[in-house]
Amino acid sequence: MNNEGGTSSPDNGAESPFVLQKLQENYADALLAHEEARDGVVVVVGKDDAYALLEYLKTDAALGYTYLVDVTAVDNSRLESELVKFGYARFMVVYQLYSYQGHCRVRVRVPVHERDLRVRSVTSLWRGANWLERETYDMFGIDFEGHPDLRRLLMPDDFDGHPLRKDYPLRGRGERERFNFERQNV
Amino acid sequence: MGLDFGGARSLSADGGPVDENIITTTIDKVVNWGRKNSLWPMPFGTACCAIEMMATLASKFDLSRFGSEAIRFSPRQSDLLIVSGRISIKMMPVLKRIYDQMPDPKWVISMGACASCGGVFDTYTLIQGVDQFIPVDVYIPGCPPRPEDLIDAVMQVQQKIAGGEVPKGVEVAV
Repeated sequence: MNNEGGTSSPDNGAESPFVLQKLQENYADALLAHEEARDGVVVVVGKDDAYALLEYLKTDAALGYTYLVDVTAVDNSRLESELVKFGYARFMVVYQLYSYQGHCRVRVRVPVHERDLRVRSVTSLWRGANWLERETYDMFGIDFEGHPDLRRLLMPDDFDGHPLRKDYPLRGRGERERFNFERQNV
Repeated sequence: MGLDFGGARSLSADGGPVDENIITTTIDKVVNWGRKNSLWPMPFGTACCAIEMMATLASKFDLSRFGSEAIRFSPRQSDLLIVSGRISIKMMPVLKRIYDQMPDPKWVISMGACASCGGVFDTYTLIQGVDQFIPVDVYIPGCPPRPEDLIDAVMQVQQKIAGGEVPKGVEVAV
């Protein structure tokens, strides 16, 4: 798969590193790591700096990452090789951004420790983040601070646990055999 | 579509042959004949089985040949529930409510592996067979079943009705 930008604008070979240059100029202290993946630049940033960096990516006129493609998370608790990189942070919250200007992508990854699952919500930057963050909360239990309506999105309201965590058993904890018809809000 | 009332050549009270245009039968048989040839299905399509169900209803397979073309999206107007697809624990109360809203007598077809036993989705969120919560009259195997399988299931329901069988959902006092 080609770099999406590579085919659409002549100077695009330099486009992805350009993002990286800008970020390194302005957020050198915030960047924990970076790499060039085949679909764009990946940066890892601490959660205290994540909001400012995402806002910068969105609002900077030269970058224009206005489209929030996805918000999700990864549970690395069974992946030692990933855990050691960022101080044994169990979760990695992932923001996928796309720039219609440069036709290129940036992935922002934010390590989150299990002892403090709070991450600042980006719903104030992208209204579309509302359901994406609800899903991430539902599946991983990430607590998005400042979210207007942080309820479960997919699982029933009375569901316990966060099923995409690696310690959640595949067949559940008996939810599918015993659930209360009365309790459900049909 | 003949009237298969099982009656041999009828005789009048005095033992002589009645007029050719008169058929004797029972109320039950006439009612069941009417029911079996005018099943109004309530489709509960949640997955790929529903695509096969649509194909069954469309002109190529044409479920209306069996009197079941009047698909009703209100359970209050239907007597055959076709559960076609995965049912999650969040969806099951909805399905249950729809089943409860259907007037008796009512029949249920569990279409495909997922509705019948969870299929390949042996996971925390999926009901492992809707028959744990609602009574099912006919199961269709397959993933998804072909339209012929659904037609066969409808015909099996018809046979049950014609045979005077009580639907699974009816509790008979013993």
